[in-house]
Amino acid sequence: MSPKVYVTGCGMISSIGNSFAETERSVLASQSGIGPITLLETGYRNRLVAGEIKHPDNELAEMAGMTLKPGITRTTLLGAIAAKEAIFQAGITDIKDLTFISGTTVGGMVATEKYYPDFLSNDTRNAFIESHDCGDSTVRIAEYSGIKGYLSTINTACSSSANAIMLGTRLIKSGKAKRVLAGGVDALSKFTLNGFNTLMIVDPNPCKPFDENRNGLNLGEGAGFLVLEAEEAVAGKEILCEITGYSNANDAYHQTALSPDGRGAFLAMKAALEKAGLNPGEISYINAHGTATQNNDLSEGIAIERLFGSKIPFVSSTKPMTGHLLGAAGAIEAGISIVAMKRRIIPPNLNFKTRMKELGFTPVSTIVQNVDIRHIMSNSFGFGGNNTTLIFSKV
Amino acid sequence: MTGYIIGTGNISPQETYDNTVFLRESAYHSSGRFMCIEPADYEKFIDPKLLRRMSRLIRMSYTAARICLEDAGITVPDAIITGSGMGCLEDTERFLSAIYQNDEKLLPPTPFIQSTHNTIGAQIALMLQCTNYNMTYSQRGISFENALTDAFMLLNEPEYKNVLVGGFDEMTDNQMILYNRLGYYKKEPVSGMNLIRSGTAGTAAGEGNTFFVLSSQQSENCYAIIRDVMTISQATDESFVKDRMLEFLRENRIPAKEIDLCIGGFSGDVNSDLIYHKVFNDLFPDSAIAGFKHLCGEYHTASAFAVWLAAKILKHNEIPPAVLLKPAPVRTIKNILIWNHYRNQSDSMILLSACC
Repeated sequence: MSPKVYVTGCGMISSIGNSFAETERSVLASQSGIGPITLLETGYRNRLVAGEIKHPDNELAEMAGMTLKPGITRTTLLGAIAAKEAIFQAGITDIKDLTFISGTTVGGMVATEKYYPDFLSNDTRNAFIESHDCGDSTVRIAEYSGIKGYLSTINTACSSSANAIMLGTRLIKSGKAKRVLAGGVDALSKFTLNGFNTLMIVDPNPCKPFDENRNGLNLGEGAGFLVLEAEEAVAGKEILCEITGYSNANDAYHQTALSPDGRGAFLAMKAALEKAGLNPGEISYINAHGTATQNNDLSEGIAIERLFGSKIPFVSSTKPMTGHLLGAAGAIEAGISIVAMKRRIIPPNLNFKTRMKELGFTPVSTIVQNVDIRHIMSNSFGFGGNNTTLIFSKV
Repeated sequence: MTGYIIGTGNISPQETYDNTVFLRESAYHSSGRFMCIEPADYEKFIDPKLLRRMSRLIRMSYTAARICLEDAGITVPDAIITGSGMGCLEDTERFLSAIYQNDEKLLPPTPFIQSTHNTIGAQIALMLQCTNYNMTYSQRGISFENALTDAFMLLNEPEYKNVLVGGFDEMTDNQMILYNRLGYYKKEPVSGMNLIRSGTAGTAAGEGNTFFVLSSQQSENCYAIIRDVMTISQATDESFVKDRMLEFLRENRIPAKEIDLCIGGFSGDVNSDLIYHKVFNDLFPDSAIAGFKHLCGEYHTASAFAVWLAAKILKHNEIPPAVLLKPAPVRTIKNILIWNHYRNQSDSMILLSACC
């Protein structure tokens, strides 16, 4: 019999707050962090909006308690802040034995994109050549935190941190780990901003998931980490939730677009329910991937209707608050789900006005209070048809 | 924790894509950059229209995966798990360069789309119409080991019988400039075993695409059994590695004297190779010792090449002279221990045994 996996700590940083408590306050106030880009060096500064954290790197370093030196990227700093909070909240004292799983897709690119001409022509930025890879922030956060256990970085694009949380859960269930720090981090970058913009899926205004007139996504940045512990390891601790369901399925339809019938999304949600031993009717709330692109919301919406039929639970995308955190999206949304469970609320899907003509349901557009939340389903879908569903259950 | 290797596909700097031969003759690379030898008949595996859009890495890895599945006689695996230290570098560089050259305007979307590390796992899934579990790891020198660890966990669950696991990394012109700037590579040209015997600092650049089908069950086409994999996430020294290695063997109930062959990640860098010699000679005085990076060069997922080498050795019961650093009395090869590190970090140990 595999052990239950409990969440005992959660650290978050995004444009709606530098900590769990700040994020909680913003969610309760239905506050969005989307606004003009002012820190990222890009030609899109006055033309696109994003969920940018309004602290330059030196301020983040101070918050993390890290010395800012060459090789330390914004990705590392954001991750270190959230990791530190999660470990503290969970009261982990035996830090060195922690297993650490992080998801990231930008990784060190946030520095590479600034210094690439130097990389090619001179020695001034050599330390950042070595911090380019996705594993870099994981290694540095582990060193900074004193973690010496198993390390792993997942890069499955926008489902990376949901997959990290899934892997952490599986490592505990299989008996290979007792305590895992799992989540992900991504910093706002010119590379991804230009990439998504080139695909013509960036809305220059605040995004409107599941709206008939949705016009693309807004990028965000930040990190989220959860401390997962085996049931026998949590004695006496406050338990935030249990991870009961998880699944990954591939859409196998297109490198970037999701299938019209939401094949992969449907399979992931269905298998996660089965893993949790739940009926669709037992899900109180779906924290949707809901990027506000034409393609995602239609595909995800259809998959939700296929699985839940006429009894659709509360659905919202919290990306109009945080922006799309890419590799960190699943982790920040896990954190927001924990807030929802703790405060008995359904977070709003901001900016929603008009129901999509293809769908029979509408998302929750204003916060709903006093909801008896038992189980939350959280979706994260990435490029390459990588679809992951997690289920968080109240203990 | 056990997985049976029932298929391999390897496109590497050696002529390894043909599973019917085993290192018939070594290809010698003297430029300091070991490039993959690609099959001439890609059209057999990939629609020419798709082939044109693929980067070199994508076409090599995708083809290695197809060769592997064919070798195993598997059409659709129950999971696809990949590992890569640097991901799709060529596409990443193309998009990055375009941002600079075009000042963030009118950029080509394809290199961005193909720049994520999971592109290859996704392309394989897409072409096989495989909707099963699909995962991609990127943890420097243990990226492939991360993938193996995940595969083993899956194989313990009844619904996963055959899992496709692969490691890949490519070297590009630009990355050569960057790594040369950091002094990773030897200044002087080296070839073959001279890389390992050079006695100088630095290594040679490598790359590779190595895939396996791991099965929960033994079958006729079993190459070898992977018994366990272990990674170390902290700085090591000789005594620390010895302790962990003995513990690893103990956990797997194999006494050191039953290790017939030790495969080490000798990169040719005199400073970081010393520890391999010391530890192997002290713990395994009677075992043969082999290297492999003089065949494939140094890269983050080179250990996948080592697993391929070990699997072939166990299947053929033959150690090719081209890899042998220290011979041992002639005997049947039953157990192989691979120990690799990448630039004195990311240590990993992988234990393989012959099929029963």
